Amino acid sequence: MIAHALFFYFFSIIAIVSAIFVIVSRNTVHAVFFLILDFISIACLFIMIGAEFLGMMMLIVYVGAVAVLFLFVVMLMNVTEQKLSWFRGTKKTGHIPVGLIIGTVILLELIVIVGGWRYRDSFSETEFLSFNSEFTNTHMIGNVMYTDFIHLFQISGIILLLAMIGAIVLTYRKREGVKTQSYIKQISREREDSVQLKDVEFDKGVKLDD
Amino acid sequence: METFLQIYNETYKILLLLVPILISVALIVWFDRRVWGFVQKRKGPNVVGPFGLFQTLADALKYIFKEIIIPASANKIVFILAPIITMTLALSAWAVIPLSDKMVIADINVGILYIFAISSLSVYGIIMGGWASNSKYPFLGAIRSAAQMVSYEVSIGIIIINVLLCVGSLNLKDIVMAQQNLWFVVPLFPMFVVFFISALAETNRPPFDLPEAEAELVAGYQTEYSGMMYAMFWLGEYANILLLCALGSILFLGGWLSPVDIYPLNAIPGIFWMIFKILILFFMFALIKAIVPRYRYDQLMRLGWKIFLPFSLIYVVLTASFLVYFDLLPK
Repeated sequence: MIAHALFFYFFSIIAIVSAIFVIVSRNTVHAVFFLILDFISIACLFIMIGAEFLGMMMLIVYVGAVAVLFLFVVMLMNVTEQKLSWFRGTKKTGHIPVGLIIGTVILLELIVIVGGWRYRDSFSETEFLSFNSEFTNTHMIGNVMYTDFIHLFQISGIILLLAMIGAIVLTYRKREGVKTQSYIKQISREREDSVQLKDVEFDKGVKLDD
Repeated sequence: METFLQIYNETYKILLLLVPILISVALIVWFDRRVWGFVQKRKGPNVVGPFGLFQTLADALKYIFKEIIIPASANKIVFILAPIITMTLALSAWAVIPLSDKMVIADINVGILYIFAISSLSVYGIIMGGWASNSKYPFLGAIRSAAQMVSYEVSIGIIIINVLLCVGSLNLKDIVMAQQNLWFVVPLFPMFVVFFISALAETNRPPFDLPEAEAELVAGYQTEYSGMMYAMFWLGEYANILLLCALGSILFLGGWLSPVDIYPLNAIPGIFWMIFKILILFFMFALIKAIVPRYRYDQLMRLGWKIFLPFSLIYVVLTASFLVYFDLLPK
């Protein structure tokens, strides 16, 4: 039990400290690395409360895919050193109000969630999530997701697909004059199409009809 | 007192797994070079020790005594962290691999997801190394490698779904025990081929070794590394290759099970079958390194996204419909 508590405090302290460093660190790439550390320690917390499927999904989806994309974007943007100008009160103080508004909204939402936690029975029906130790929680999640919540599940899938198609439509532009290779053309090329043998007379050129 | 005994026991078990893995990584490097040599009618390393067996140890000794050079413009912490992360991740994935029905350190319910998560994390070692070197070739190599590993992970994930449909559990032991009557390589043979090729790409092995294509990028993300740090990248890479061979033999070749369940064969302890299967898969890895020329980058991406991904998705649908139609779904 003590070991359990120790591990819990270990991971949660790492999570909080690295979350603070995401905001504080000047180097944006370091910020992303701290974000990854944060994701990993939260995945460990998930595993500690027995939700091993969620923890692994957190690792695979957020750390393995989403954070890689973050890292790509940040590295390619080439903003290594961010000056903390708003902090020192220079002319560019434009983003403080925006940040304050967003921060207040998130804080209010958190309060709503924490407040709602006390009355969670009235928020949704939770009786079919009753704990049954015979099944692993992968089975439980699958059972709920593909029966009671199948419509929500499929709708979220469609939303993701729409977002994907939208991103492709927004960024895709047809470029003119690009040289591409056709694999079928390359493979179906025969010797007769490409090689010609000609006898060339001495001191005279040769003309190919090509 | 009891907790100390438990910690002692666990440490003992972990060491009993890690030390053989490190030794076998050294031997497998020798084996790889040797096969490579024989295919090209060379002798390969044959001087140090019997048949050149100690060549890798000699190399390791050389690496240990070499100076570690950190470039002046490098980001020092990340630069040092990168090889450590690569090697730690490659070794930690071995915790859930069952070498026989009793020999496993952590028999967790989501074993296959754990391996998948760890192998998706291993891209960070490469990205960090390439970025922290603060030089052009390593950075290009890191970007190539990240894109390559992320794309082939998608197809490996869908292949794993194929196997899981037939098993009905994420536990690696259950996956092996589900193959008692029929190895999955028979009904899922196309998936085995796709898995094998994706494993080559996932571990940056030839013909997909674009991140370290020496003709274009010097040595890719490893260019600025020297001494022991380079050796750690190297060890991590080979441990990863062994891991994917082990995963392939668990998913498709029946893990520690003998090919047919008759007397002289099933009396052999399971661990020998497991090692034998890993070695066979690695032998194929080594052969391919010697005989296939390197892919171009656009060919690599095309293969991953336009051929393997749709193909394995269609195969998921086929497998699922087959299992449902004949009522073979695992309960």
